[in-house]
Amino acid sequence: MASWLDYTINGLIVGNVYALVAVGLALIFGVSRLINFAQGSIYLVGAYIGWVAVVQLHTPLPLTIVVVAVAAALVGLIIERLGLRPLQNSARIAPLLATIGISFVLDQLVMLTFSPNPRALPSQLPDVRFQVGNGTIGLLDLLIAGVGLTSALLLFVFLRYSKLGWAVRATAQDRDAAMQMGVDVNRVNQAVFGIAAALGGVSGMLVGMYYNQIDTAMSLQATLKGVVAEVVGGAGNVPGAVVGSLLLGLVESYGVAVFGTSYRNLFAFLLLVLVLVLRPNGLFASARQAPPEPLTGTFIAPSRPLRIPRWALAVAVGGFAILPLFPVSFYVLQTLINAWLLGMLALSLTLVAGTIGQVSLGHAALLAIGAYTSALLSLSLSVPVGLAVIAGGLMSAALGTTLISPSFRLRGHYVSIATLAIGEIVSLVILNWESVTRGPIGISGIPPLSLFGYDLISASSVYWFSFAVMVVLALLQGRLLTSHLGRSFRAIRDDDIAARAYGLSLNRYKSLAFIFGGFAAGVSGAIAAHLYSYINHETFNTQQSILALTVVILGGLGNVVGAILGSVALVGLPEVFRIAAEYRILIYGIVLLLLVRFRPQGLLGTI
Amino acid sequence: MTSTAPDPLLVLSNVNTFYGQAQVHFDLSISIGRGHIVCLLGGNASGKSTTMKIILGLVKPRSGEVTFDGSSLLGLTTPQIVRRGIASVPEARRLFADMSVRENILMGAFVRNDRAEVAQDLERMLALFPKLGQRLSQRASSLSGGEQQMVAMARALMSRPRMIVMDEPTMGLSPLYVDRVLELIRTINQEGVSVFMVEQNASLALEIAHEAYVLQTGRIVLSGPARALKDDPRVRDAYLGGTEAA
Repeated sequence: MASWLDYTINGLIVGNVYALVAVGLALIFGVSRLINFAQGSIYLVGAYIGWVAVVQLHTPLPLTIVVVAVAAALVGLIIERLGLRPLQNSARIAPLLATIGISFVLDQLVMLTFSPNPRALPSQLPDVRFQVGNGTIGLLDLLIAGVGLTSALLLFVFLRYSKLGWAVRATAQDRDAAMQMGVDVNRVNQAVFGIAAALGGVSGMLVGMYYNQIDTAMSLQATLKGVVAEVVGGAGNVPGAVVGSLLLGLVESYGVAVFGTSYRNLFAFLLLVLVLVLRPNGLFASARQAPPEPLTGTFIAPSRPLRIPRWALAVAVGGFAILPLFPVSFYVLQTLINAWLLGMLALSLTLVAGTIGQVSLGHAALLAIGAYTSALLSLSLSVPVGLAVIAGGLMSAALGTTLISPSFRLRGHYVSIATLAIGEIVSLVILNWESVTRGPIGISGIPPLSLFGYDLISASSVYWFSFAVMVVLALLQGRLLTSHLGRSFRAIRDDDIAARAYGLSLNRYKSLAFIFGGFAAGVSGAIAAHLYSYINHETFNTQQSILALTVVILGGLGNVVGAILGSVALVGLPEVFRIAAEYRILIYGIVLLLLVRFRPQGLLGTI
Repeated sequence: MTSTAPDPLLVLSNVNTFYGQAQVHFDLSISIGRGHIVCLLGGNASGKSTTMKIILGLVKPRSGEVTFDGSSLLGLTTPQIVRRGIASVPEARRLFADMSVRENILMGAFVRNDRAEVAQDLERMLALFPKLGQRLSQRASSLSGGEQQMVAMARALMSRPRMIVMDEPTMGLSPLYVDRVLELIRTINQEGVSVFMVEQNASLALEIAHEAYVLQTGRIVLSGPARALKDDPRVRDAYLGGTEAA
């Protein structure tokens, strides 16, 4: 049994690791008001570069650190130059989406290069532990603490005494004024990305040595933890990020001490949601000027949506409806069923992210709620599957909206962070609430879809069922968009302050959007559960949330037909071209990047 | 002080500017003489601040030419223009709120690399703006509006500019500070720095300016020596017109 002192030491060491990630995020946020979702990928890249250096090149420790820092910094510079600089004049959400795309691409490239299997990254220090009171501290702990303190000191000196450091601070406080003093803002961006990447890369390498294992799942975890620490400390506040990281490390470590390892992340995200609700500017927010432009999720690139004539839509619906009557393969039907299920999720997200402007990154949680509700009702209480699916939708609407409601007072990027965290919390609750959700074992033997007592076993019956549900949801949503309610949603998206000034209650309209969207996503998840017959806490993950977002942007934000077209395209095209599964996510990432850069209004245009 | 036009330092000729579909400037031509104070008058939404942004390269015109000391500024970025010798006192001062007064003033010397002389210039600024001496280590956001205006002017002078552009330097200041600011602008000018200022307060600006232009919804409707414009009834009319159009 480890002592409390051990847990404290562990918390501070882990906190130090988080700090290396969070400080970079804070620097970048300060200068460009951007939450860099690719930070975890750089951390991952750092870990693998460390592995190459140690295992294949046999570099000594100091050289390993330098190699990792320099290589990671180069990756950071490339990201800034190719991924973000071209987006300088785009809508505020565009660079955020670009960093998500970049992180997908980097993670997949690492996975394709090094295989998804974990690798051992040996610590290059002898395993010596010193007795401190009733706890112990190892050499590696001291190294991590040393690297953390040294980088904090270097960063302080840089910001306080170097010319470039002054430029960084000035740009963070007032970009236009800094330019008028002769500061080259592009150089400042470069510097900040380089520093952030170097720190993140070294952090990844140290963590790899600490746990003696690296794998590609590290990336998203690191981004999430870094973002939590940064937001807790106050976005853009560098010392705040350090304190937030140490606090996060301690909270997690004590949480693990009391409740066990599987609760680690739950505590992290609960801390985030608590801070966002109570002090949305973080614990150490300075009275800083609000950024000049509205921070609402105005990704919406103004565009005239492509009008598709009604008869064409009717023909398309009719064509897909009679498709199973023709001799098409099981494989085609299966692919289209997946497209319809994704289509329902995309309908939900295009309403929430597109129409009312709340860019949700945790939409898979709504699938999970619907799926678990329907599966458990039909299994444990023998509720007929048809009713259970509807109950799944309703539960997702009610519970999803309740869970997301704390984020209603947030704006722009913060909504994305909060929804991401809430999505993780749902997945972690499913993992830990074993008495109800059966925990990590998952739920198996879920009964197949049935309607009025008839089981829908054949592919064509499932196809018709899911297609019909999706079409009904799409028609409802289309009606909604042309109504007064739809107009109010768009008003909130375009300028929430003006909308409020005209007497619109933001909370009520955001709730309505999430209730409608939650139902659609919940039904999609429920149908999926009965289709797969087995689900667990990882069935509905962040990758699906991001895939749905890519679909929605591909189709055109807020565009109902676009959401369905996007689903068919992103599910269907990889099948048509027989693209191997491991390349698909890479392609989704590239598609997202290209869209943000070249066609932000999507294929059919935003509505 | 002479009012015979010297050879121009900065020239805007036939500038047309658009924000999306909306045209902001219509064939705007302004010339700022070497060593002169030139003011641009106009009501709200007349295109005054955009003129400043054009000079600083923050906004690019669709057509027309902007030259400084004979060479074009149009292809240059804002930092490059600053390095050519144009400093600015932005609207609402735009100090670096979390940096100290000293750091703010020194940020003005960002384009310079002669440390020793920068230190001397800092001393000169403290002589010119004696009040700032006691405030050097305070955060800029803790100063009063008038004091912030002093910091913004000192910051602009630190780059040793040949020309300073000022956007409404007297806006929001107490009457006492308004007089002080105007006096300082005159002092700065006497040291050889050309000044281009955008102002709403015509009578004050015309008191210190050599030349003036009146801008009304993007067009120059009146220009000439400040002395002549001071008593011109049309200045007042143009003004009211500008306000109405806004």
